[in-house]
Amino acid sequence: MLDVSGLDAYYGDSIILKNISLRIKQGQVVCLLGRNGVGKTTFLKSIMGLVKTPNGSIMLDGTEIIKMPSYNRALQGIGYVPQGRDIFPNLSVYENLLLGLERNKNNSTLDESIYELFPVLKTMLKRKGGDLSGGQQQQLAIARALVSIPKLLLLDEPTEGIQPSIIQEIAKVIKKLKSKGNITMLIVEQYLEFVLEVADYFYVMDKGCIVMEGNTKYVEPRQIQAKIAI
Amino acid sequence: METYVLQIFNGISVSSILMLAALGLAIIFGLMKIINMAHGELIMIGAYVTFVTQNIFMSYVDKDYFDIYFIFALLAAFVITAFVGYLLEITIIRHLYGRPLDSLLATWGVSLVLQQLARSIFGAPNVDVKSPTWLDGGILIWGDLQLPYKRLFIMLLVALCICGVYYFLYKTTTGRRIRAVMQNRTMAKSLGINTRKVDAMTFAIGSGLAGIAGCALTLLGSIGPTLGTNYIIDTFMVVVLGGVGTIIGTVAGAGIIGLGNTTFEFLTDASLGKVLVFSVVILFLQWKPQGFFTIKSRALDE
Repeated sequence: MLDVSGLDAYYGDSIILKNISLRIKQGQVVCLLGRNGVGKTTFLKSIMGLVKTPNGSIMLDGTEIIKMPSYNRALQGIGYVPQGRDIFPNLSVYENLLLGLERNKNNSTLDESIYELFPVLKTMLKRKGGDLSGGQQQQLAIARALVSIPKLLLLDEPTEGIQPSIIQEIAKVIKKLKSKGNITMLIVEQYLEFVLEVADYFYVMDKGCIVMEGNTKYVEPRQIQAKIAI
Repeated sequence: METYVLQIFNGISVSSILMLAALGLAIIFGLMKIINMAHGELIMIGAYVTFVTQNIFMSYVDKDYFDIYFIFALLAAFVITAFVGYLLEITIIRHLYGRPLDSLLATWGVSLVLQQLARSIFGAPNVDVKSPTWLDGGILIWGDLQLPYKRLFIMLLVALCICGVYYFLYKTTTGRRIRAVMQNRTMAKSLGINTRKVDAMTFAIGSGLAGIAGCALTLLGSIGPTLGTNYIIDTFMVVVLGGVGTIIGTVAGAGIIGLGNTTFEFLTDASLGKVLVFSVVILFLQWKPQGFFTIKSRALDE
């Protein structure tokens, strides 16, 4: 599904990621763990084409996308939920959702089923995106990525700064999507329990390199904890 | 009494021209943060397109139909100026995003080139455009007070343009894309919006609006290569005063500057009037540096 190999990423002149390789199988939920500043977000950004990636290869379903501009990568079927959620603050919730459909060139009507996943959004369609609370913005950002039914969903710290009940709702949505089996997810996260709850496979990153990987079912949580604790 | 009414009317009339010129600039400046010093020359191009259209009608079209040339000129001014804007964007402006100072210098250079080009093609002296006869005369209100059709026509044109731009930006899919790019370029890109295309199109539309402004200006006097230079300062002032990137701000800014100009000029004289307007604007910006209307919202995680 997604096959990244030998990837380097730069911010300006400073190198952030060195020779990263990572594979995700169809229908898998994969988590990328690690301390702050080790390059997790940069990794998602390099898949999205938002940072400089001079070396390496990113294959999505057998297509090389590393040379494509961001918008074409999105058209290939990647949905992206960035760390700051990046809701368009002066657009209504409804307009934000409609923008999620930009990836589907011939489909411009919103599928009502998205409100089943996030009922809270239906009650505030007319409100400005910027007026929503953090948790609501997070749900809106995930919904916006989902309306166009992406092949690959990238989630950057979906639990950051969010109250436990909404984290549970988000976990429920992820598990529901997983059970349908037609979506592959890469989640960047620091919240270990959440990861063990939703993910099939994990990678741990440190200083721009992958230092550990494994199946979430067979791993001893303490081993991961040791790698990501400060 | 009549004098005052006429002054106010003139003030609104000046405002409407400024609005038209500033609308395009507000879009370009608001969306792309490009300080487009060549905006005045885009106005000039619109004016010369009108001049050329008039000449074509004079030579090739039956005299009876001459008066409708202005409608064609309006369309041609929009389309051709938009195309010039598009060329400008794909050749020069696209390399200048995120570098406001460079954009200022480069577009100033472009403006000089365009001025000289106009001089080489049409000659340095001003040329006249003959207004269509259906715009001669005016409405007689009372006594000597007459409101000229030309100025009323411009006001109507401006109102139409503002409504058009509003509809385009807020009610269409393309407008939604433009606003999305304006608010968060990176995220818009990540959602699959072709930002390159949106940039080029927005710049073209902003330029096209300048073209319409140029066309309207031909009704008020003769046109020359430096036509745009006379307007660029006031136009920038409108955008800054009104608040960047809002239509309502542009309308309010143009209203204040247009009315202020005519009022102060009436009370003092032309140059002192200008000084007073500038002083008021400077004082106002001390108080509200973002202009009249700012886009505000609860910004999380910033």
